[in-house]
Amino acid sequence: MNSRVANKIATGVFTAIAAIIIFVLVGLLSYILYRGFGKLTLDFLTSPSSDFQAGGGIGNQLFNSFYILLITMMIAVPLGLGGGIYMAEYAKPGKITDFIRSCIEVLASLPSIVIGMFGMLIFVNLTGWGYTIFSGALALTIFNLPVLVRVCEDAIRSVPRDQKEASLALGITHWHTIKTVLIPSAFPTILTGVILASGRVFGEAAALLFTAGLTTPRLDFSNWNPFDETSPLNIFRPAETLAVHIWKVNTQGLIPDVQEVADGSSAVLILSVLLFNLLARWIGSLVHKKLTAAK
Amino acid sequence: MAKEFSTASERLLKKSNRAALKMEMRGKSIVLISAILIIAATISITIFLGTKGLQSFLVNGINAVEFLTGTVWDMGKDGGNGPSYGALPFIFGSFAVTFLSALIAAPLGIGGAIFMTEIAPSWGRKILQPVIELLVGIPSVVYGFIGLTVLVPFVRNHVGGQGFSLLSGMIVLSVMILPTVTSIATDTLRSLPGGLRESSYALGATRWQTIYRVLVPAALPGLLTAIVLGMARAFGEALAVQMVIGNTKELPSSLLDSAGTLTTIITLNMGHTTYGSVENNALWSLALILLIMSFIFILIIRYLSSRRQYR
Amino acid sequence: MLLTKMKPEFEISEAHERKETALDVKQLNIYYGNHRAVKDISFTIEKNAVTALIGPSGCGKSTFLRSINRMNDLIPGARSEGIILYEDVNLIEDNINVVALRKEIGMVFQRPNPFAKSIYNNITHALKFYGIRSKKKLDQIVEESLRKAALWEEVKDRLHDSALSLSGGQQQRLCIARTLAVNPKILLLDEPASALDPISTAKIEELIMELKKEYTIIIVTHSMQQASRISDKTAFFLSGELVEFDQTDKIFTNPSNQKTEEYISGRFG
Repeated sequence: MNSRVANKIATGVFTAIAAIIIFVLVGLLSYILYRGFGKLTLDFLTSPSSDFQAGGGIGNQLFNSFYILLITMMIAVPLGLGGGIYMAEYAKPGKITDFIRSCIEVLASLPSIVIGMFGMLIFVNLTGWGYTIFSGALALTIFNLPVLVRVCEDAIRSVPRDQKEASLALGITHWHTIKTVLIPSAFPTILTGVILASGRVFGEAAALLFTAGLTTPRLDFSNWNPFDETSPLNIFRPAETLAVHIWKVNTQGLIPDVQEVADGSSAVLILSVLLFNLLARWIGSLVHKKLTAAK
Repeated sequence: MAKEFSTASERLLKKSNRAALKMEMRGKSIVLISAILIIAATISITIFLGTKGLQSFLVNGINAVEFLTGTVWDMGKDGGNGPSYGALPFIFGSFAVTFLSALIAAPLGIGGAIFMTEIAPSWGRKILQPVIELLVGIPSVVYGFIGLTVLVPFVRNHVGGQGFSLLSGMIVLSVMILPTVTSIATDTLRSLPGGLRESSYALGATRWQTIYRVLVPAALPGLLTAIVLGMARAFGEALAVQMVIGNTKELPSSLLDSAGTLTTIITLNMGHTTYGSVENNALWSLALILLIMSFIFILIIRYLSSRRQYR
Repeated sequence: MLLTKMKPEFEISEAHERKETALDVKQLNIYYGNHRAVKDISFTIEKNAVTALIGPSGCGKSTFLRSINRMNDLIPGARSEGIILYEDVNLIEDNINVVALRKEIGMVFQRPNPFAKSIYNNITHALKFYGIRSKKKLDQIVEESLRKAALWEEVKDRLHDSALSLSGGQQQRLCIARTLAVNPKILLLDEPASALDPISTAKIEELIMELKKEYTIIIVTHSMQQASRISDKTAFFLSGELVEFDQTDKIFTNPSNQKTEEYISGRFG
């Protein structure tokens, strides 16, 4: 009888814990969206921010966030894919492979602020570039690389063995097999992983404080020459991203409408991350359907 | 099609098909470069942080023991007793928020994992799993922002103190590491062989008895790994903590006191100190502590995974 | 080891010299780590004939088959010693270009494994790698190989549909067509019909009988009926050893080894 009661109590406790976790997420999301929803006007999303006065928008920050994400992924995805291919297809069990795995583990567990400091040391000071989008993107590449290598390695490993054998048995080289059979088969899984990683990069701030900086120069959105100083596309300019902006307005608080700007920015950030997440799920389920359907 | 040769030795020996072999080598070297870059990044981070972090001791002559045990962190700009670099308040702050947040996140996370695997597997997977994944995706500045606008005033009005406190930092961090703990604990419990459960139920044990007598002991190394990974994340988190903890340079005497951590002092001062100066080098020494701690967390996780019976 | 060292000196049998045999296997040993999976086997495989390899699971027949086109190279720790003589080269030597080898000695696997591409692209996959770009030439080879694999009539109107939309038997014939497209000399079939229904199996067997006019075929099979129906020669493997190798009729009517007799009469395996 006693153990029955204990069992019931335990079940109740675990259910309560699950309810708490769900409540926390729902609470967080609804709080952010409720507070921020009214601020999501086109004007707020597109106008430049203001340093001291009220009424600034987040146009530049939003652009910077997506632009840094794009540059980061352009560097990190090929490297992650290369590393993943190496680990899945070429690495032989042994000391060197173990060492690379340890390196990936170390990179993955580094605090992002430490990566930011390293980025400052190398990509800001040593190179003499100063705070730039490119420095930020390189720091984010280091931040992101371990995840991408794992995603790509797992995706390639999960391609059925018989696909690889079929290609090799036709007298096709290993590399050509990787290029034309393994990567296309693994592509949807890789894409899902890349989108999820993008969400992480999009929301990252600590690694960018000392690499891409806390400011954005005046941008001229009619100038699309990437080598021009006022061009938004110039990768050698400082760029404050949305996540960094949220941190900055909250901690420095120089503008009178901190609350409104932070509310709106957080809502945009959360919505973007949700979007990345939903996109990844949608692609995942699409692929699942395609794989399980007869045709 | 390739030219037909008369004998197999002309067609099949390695020297016969140079072009394909060359392509193979080229492909292999491309991916090898990626692998080498990973190694290079890791080694150079370790070396650069190591040398930069040791400079304050070797070049600026700060005493390492005083650095680790001193309680006064003062750049010496306001006169007084001159500069003093005692990092103990930050080291203490980092460990305090890490352990305290693990204290909250561990039972919740493991409880959530047990709910998902043992109590309601079907809808647990359907609802709790996506919830956990979404929680992982929320950026840390958003956690910090909510902490700042909701938690800090709440603590100030209903618990006491200024609101910016160890308590706020610990709550924010525990929510942040909760998904990490839950998802890894869930994986661990799922990887337990089904036979364990069946044999326990067959002996007439209730679900709760099965959980705490059979499953939790069997999964213990994995569950501990989940907690350690969560702690590693908490230890390295910077901005969310910085926004709610109050950022003082003194040792806190209660949960409601403001405090500082290794990451918060770096975040606040890195931009304001001159590169190469003593105070800047002292910050690099703090970063070195962060690096060493992440190595230690890896070692603990390795040790735990070597003790795992079921994978 | 000894033999590989003095490579140019292997004895080439008269039959091989006259190019009547496709493969001359001599004292072949295959190891997985310390486990010897194939023990000291020697026999010859005739050209333009079907040779069946039978025996219980784990007897080494598939291991032997996969060593011919060096698919065993993919398994860490696998190594071979001895000779598989093909024309004037020993196939197990390190200096063999396995890519060129696999083009000449094609393989079809137990489970149909078409690429997740269209029927057409399944066949052109390898051709494009070999540098054939002309659409006309590709079309021609696709049709030829599909006809040879007795699949053309069934798929000619939907060449650009996914290969995965075909039935299991059709997929397997597509895999055979894909192999034929690169113009091999020897076909290795690793239990090609074991995952198929009886009607599809019959079609594959019919196809094999047709193909042996042009190709040397080595087939691993679990089904003794199948071996007796389609093969000219049969080799019986047991625990890595070649117990008996003879004309198929002889093996199934009057085997000289008692173990062979016990196996074909279904007493074990």
